[in-house]
Amino acid sequence: MKHLLFAHHDKFSRTIVLALAILTIGIPLLTLLTPVESVFHCSAYTLSLLGKYLTFALVGLSLDLVWGYCGILALGQGAFFALGGYVMGMYLMRQIGARGVYGNPELPDFMVFLNWQELPWYWLGVNHFGVMLLLVGLVPGLLAWVFGGLAFRSRVTGVYLSIITQALTYALLLAFFRNEMGFGGNNGLTDFKDILGFNCQSEAVRVALFFLSGLALLGSYLLCHAVVHSKLGRVVMAIRDQEARVRFLGYRVELFKLWIFVFAAILAGIAGALYVPQVGIINPSEFSPLNSLEIVIWVAIGGRGTLYGAIIGAILVNYGKTVLTGLLPEAWLYILGSLFVLVTLLLPQGLVGWLRSYTKERSA
Amino acid sequence: MKNYSVLSKKCFLMLSLCASLVVNAQAEETIKVGVLHSLSGTMAISETTLKDTMLMLIAEQNKKGGLLGKKLEAVVVDPASNWPLFAEKARELLTKDKVSAIFGCWTSVSRKSVLPVIEELNGVLFYPVQYEGEESSKNVFYTGAAPNQQAIPAVDYLMNDLKVKRWVLAGTDYVYPRTTNKILEAYLKAKGVAKKDIMINYTPFGHSDWQSIVADVKKFGSAGKKTAVVSTINGDANVPFYKELGNQGVSAENIPVVAFSVGEEELSGVDTKPLVGHLAAWNYFMSVDTTKNAAFIKQWQDYIKNPKRVTNDPMEAHYLGFNMWVKAVEKAGTTDADAVQKAMIGVEYPNLTGGIAKMLPNHHISKPVLIGEIQDDGQFMTVWQTNKVVDGDAWSDFLPDSKPIIADWTAPIQCGNYNTKTKKCSGQNY
Amino acid sequence: MNTLPRCYFLQCVSYLLLVFSLSFISAAEASDSVASLQASLGLLKQTSMTARKQAITQLGEGHQPRSLAILHALLVGQLFIIKSTDKMVIAEAQAEQAFTVYEAESNQDLGQFSGAELSKISLTNALRSQVRKLIAELEINAEHPATRLAALKECDATVDEHLLSIIKARLPIETDAQVKQAIQQVLLLQHMTQGAKGERIAAIKVLKNEDSLAVVNQLKTFVEKDSEGQYLETDADIRHVAEAALTTITQRMQWYAGIETIFFGLSLGAVLVLSAIGLAITFGVMGVINMAHGELMMLGAYTTYVLQQLLPNHTGLSLLLAIPAAFLMSAAVGMLIERGIIRFLYGRPLETLLATFGVSLLLQQLVRSIFSPLNKSVATPQWLSGSWQVNDFLSLTWNRFYILVFCLVVFVALMQILKRTRLGLEVRAVAQNRTMAKAMGIPTARVDALTFGLGSGIAGVAGVALSQITNVGPNLGQAYIVDSFMVVVFGGVGNLLGTLVAGFSLGIANKFLEPFAGAVLAKIVLLIFIILFIQKHPRGLFPQKGRAADS
Repeated sequence: MKHLLFAHHDKFSRTIVLALAILTIGIPLLTLLTPVESVFHCSAYTLSLLGKYLTFALVGLSLDLVWGYCGILALGQGAFFALGGYVMGMYLMRQIGARGVYGNPELPDFMVFLNWQELPWYWLGVNHFGVMLLLVGLVPGLLAWVFGGLAFRSRVTGVYLSIITQALTYALLLAFFRNEMGFGGNNGLTDFKDILGFNCQSEAVRVALFFLSGLALLGSYLLCHAVVHSKLGRVVMAIRDQEARVRFLGYRVELFKLWIFVFAAILAGIAGALYVPQVGIINPSEFSPLNSLEIVIWVAIGGRGTLYGAIIGAILVNYGKTVLTGLLPEAWLYILGSLFVLVTLLLPQGLVGWLRSYTKERSA
Repeated sequence: MKNYSVLSKKCFLMLSLCASLVVNAQAEETIKVGVLHSLSGTMAISETTLKDTMLMLIAEQNKKGGLLGKKLEAVVVDPASNWPLFAEKARELLTKDKVSAIFGCWTSVSRKSVLPVIEELNGVLFYPVQYEGEESSKNVFYTGAAPNQQAIPAVDYLMNDLKVKRWVLAGTDYVYPRTTNKILEAYLKAKGVAKKDIMINYTPFGHSDWQSIVADVKKFGSAGKKTAVVSTINGDANVPFYKELGNQGVSAENIPVVAFSVGEEELSGVDTKPLVGHLAAWNYFMSVDTTKNAAFIKQWQDYIKNPKRVTNDPMEAHYLGFNMWVKAVEKAGTTDADAVQKAMIGVEYPNLTGGIAKMLPNHHISKPVLIGEIQDDGQFMTVWQTNKVVDGDAWSDFLPDSKPIIADWTAPIQCGNYNTKTKKCSGQNY
Repeated sequence: MNTLPRCYFLQCVSYLLLVFSLSFISAAEASDSVASLQASLGLLKQTSMTARKQAITQLGEGHQPRSLAILHALLVGQLFIIKSTDKMVIAEAQAEQAFTVYEAESNQDLGQFSGAELSKISLTNALRSQVRKLIAELEINAEHPATRLAALKECDATVDEHLLSIIKARLPIETDAQVKQAIQQVLLLQHMTQGAKGERIAAIKVLKNEDSLAVVNQLKTFVEKDSEGQYLETDADIRHVAEAALTTITQRMQWYAGIETIFFGLSLGAVLVLSAIGLAITFGVMGVINMAHGELMMLGAYTTYVLQQLLPNHTGLSLLLAIPAAFLMSAAVGMLIERGIIRFLYGRPLETLLATFGVSLLLQQLVRSIFSPLNKSVATPQWLSGSWQVNDFLSLTWNRFYILVFCLVVFVALMQILKRTRLGLEVRAVAQNRTMAKAMGIPTARVDALTFGLGSGIAGVAGVALSQITNVGPNLGQAYIVDSFMVVVFGGVGNLLGTLVAGFSLGIANKFLEPFAGAVLAKIVLLIFIILFIQKHPRGLFPQKGRAADS
């Protein structure tokens, strides 16, 4: 295992692992050790912002695995992210208990408001942390398994597959908007109070969440890296390049694809679960097809088929968004739009590809 | 060795990224006011105007010499119609820019998203849009209408003046229409309307194909009893809805539609022919003939450099909210959040349409209620109005769960969710 | 929330004036009808709605020759007062803010006036229906049979004693057969409730063949029970006849409802097809995933808006002109996108998605900067509004009807271009085998640009149609893009006929599901259906061979 996790890393990969490790450990340490006024003390704003980037990076990473390595352009990765988020949201909602607006010990406020008499069955059990952890992986994984199982067995490929993944997330978007579904409708789940008994807004929890996000990203990166460098990974890449030939060689192509698809969905679910307590709200707009498209954009800008490219892309695009929506509220869409166009035109391999060729040239 | 230098550069970059977000040393010469309205995405259509209104009001105040001897400075951010981004931007405004007050949000979900942040960091938010009630936060001042300042009077008007007997409650499927319709249903039943004479329909956001629903409304309304539609349909879905009504021959004379989300600005983007005669209930109409209103309209049109731009209700809400805030800050002598929150209660400022708006202990304001018929020039003709201002009620008396609850931010209650039966304050974050 | 009248003072003054003018009128009535007309107009000038109501009643009673014209003008909002002279006039809009003005009393031409010099007499709903009823009353004796018929139709539902006497008086002198029949029907409706038992049963038996809502509502009261469970109609025979009649009418109503649902489905399908068919070319034939497709539709809609601003008084003409203009506009932008971006990305179809997504953001923000983020008002010409009232149970709205026709025309035209022109031949050749086409001397680069232009142009044309049914704003495109992709994929990429069939069947299925499931659930069901359908038929309804099929 150790051999798998840490072998085959090139220079870039080593850099990103180190940087992530330093970030994951350094920032929490700095924040906890330095006084509030210090330059090195990260405020709650910065912490949750960086934490959010890390979860985005994780979902980008999961997409890179299916797109960059398996050739499946999934336009519905956001759905798995949002499902994981909803599971976490449900857990946090149940933690509110009787402290809600209407003071009902069992039901969340929106259910009291819509005259629900008891919790629907799918809300049972999520108040246990362990069950929640299980469901965070299980729900997206199961959906991916059913959906992927059907699609890969009947050999749906290319744009057809992309569009039906989009249909999937779109259908979920519409479904979660419905108040009758019992997920809070358009308002979604919000106003969380505490997690495992700790106040969500306390610095310690923020630091912990940030640390966990970093850890999850780092762990997932190493895991993904191991996967793509294993034999399984090589088969998967072969499928990406020549699906028919791999099939003729006797491999059960659909099983390999399904494996990767489900694995990526679970990663996305974990990312979603870490995202929700840091931003404080989960609602159906996370299912919107545009959100899933954006994930594709992060990966493309970073450089697909490299894993670390997805991480860099997700962080850079979102950092740019944060800065520009504050600095140039009227013009940021121009910049973002042009960036997408230019990167696709000029840097087909993304920023990482360009960096790679740049360093290659220099060393050559 | 070479590798290390690259690495340390990287670390430095990462840290400086973190640091750059924290440090942004500000010169403490101005009072900063946050403007948190979407300038892109689906809500830009409504919210951009409010951003401009805020900029105008701030510029005007600066012309008068600012506040407490300092100039006001607007900090505009774009939450891009993305609800988590609202929370993030609110945090940015409060911690990074250290604004003294935030004017912003439109949809309920954006307010709900911002709420925990504002409460955690003890900020001040002015929320200018009519909403569903069932909320009163220490840190939020609700300058739009509560349901009792819009929906109930409108239904009273339909029932008493137009003798409506059958009701269609049509809304977009989110919390504001759900709450309003729930309140109205209870209210109508209390007035003796039978269940079969109430039809409730929910549609998704941006619904554009209204053929079947309008046909249903038509059938429901053709039973020989006077029928009206109470519409809480949101923004973009309205245009196709009214068009379909007009085309299917449902006129305001047969089945009037009274809307709570259609104002002058929405009408300016619509071919008004099929809408003439339909109704809307607001606390402000551009057509109301007062000198204050005329001055405000002129100021707005001059500021935006467009003699055809219209004014609307949420703009008045920001106008009131901003001026009340200015008065409260002057009263308190500081922009400190706690002091301002305390000073806000009881502040009075004249409405543009007459009467005095007063900030009540429940953080809502008193406003007149007007009902107008849509004219073909996109303006409203007032056909009914309350003879005095109506106090905003945070917790509806028509919902059994909310009836015993009151909000009162003065001593001794100091609570936005106080149960008068159990004498308990619940659902608060402090 | 006490509801007191708006303004006490005004109310009192107007009431005094009313009393005053009433006494004035009663004196004048006998001597001079002109004076009475003037008095009514004087009342009408007041802002109080009570005074206006009184004025309208007087206009109806007086039978002055000008009343009808004045009432008509009042109803359509053409009655104005000249601010300077306080004269009541009928004004017809010539151009924006320019009116030709006729004196209300005499119909004398007073020349041109600007909007600022006039102030309009506005009505409330209550007054508007009063005016409408009054006009109907006056027009029962109008010259043209068609006018009389329309007037009778208007008073169908609400007949009071006064109106009934007018209608009864008309019957013996009526010459037109159709009008006569209409009068008899109104009278029969009366017979159903009042009269001897035999008469009533006969009336019911005749009227059950009529497709009239008034009849249905009347029949329903016969079989209704009051709160104590007693029938409102005491005669059991009449109840039985009424029940039988209701059953036959209800059967017909269901039949019409079915037709209506199919029409709704077809028109929804037409919108889907229109928005998807341009995509079927760029996506289906060329393999470009054009995320800016929705924005190209938006450009078409904005072109319509701009043309209407240029020709403010010719709504219909500007709309017709908008069709070619929008085509050219969107085609030009589309070709610009193709030449500037997409041509570098051939062979990398999925990357076109990213670049065009960027383009769509740019176009949206561009429109926001130029036209403001507010929606724009696009007027609907007269011939596109209203509906074709087949009978009381079935009416087909004109705008939907025209869009359906328009959709078919666009589709046929497109098929002809692809089948019969040289460009079409080249497009198909390039789609099937690019290298071979190139080898045969087809300028593939030019063909690519033209094909993309064609697809984009069609999107622009779809935008013109959309401007008639929905908002024209920066978000217009986003609302349709996901649906468009579904339609194309469901129909089978690369097959235009598939797109057509897919669009219409999804539209009709949606409309049949909607009554049971509601609008949202219907859509979810269809999305799941598409997902499952693709599992069974991974290449859509009509699988296609060619370049796109391999990607």
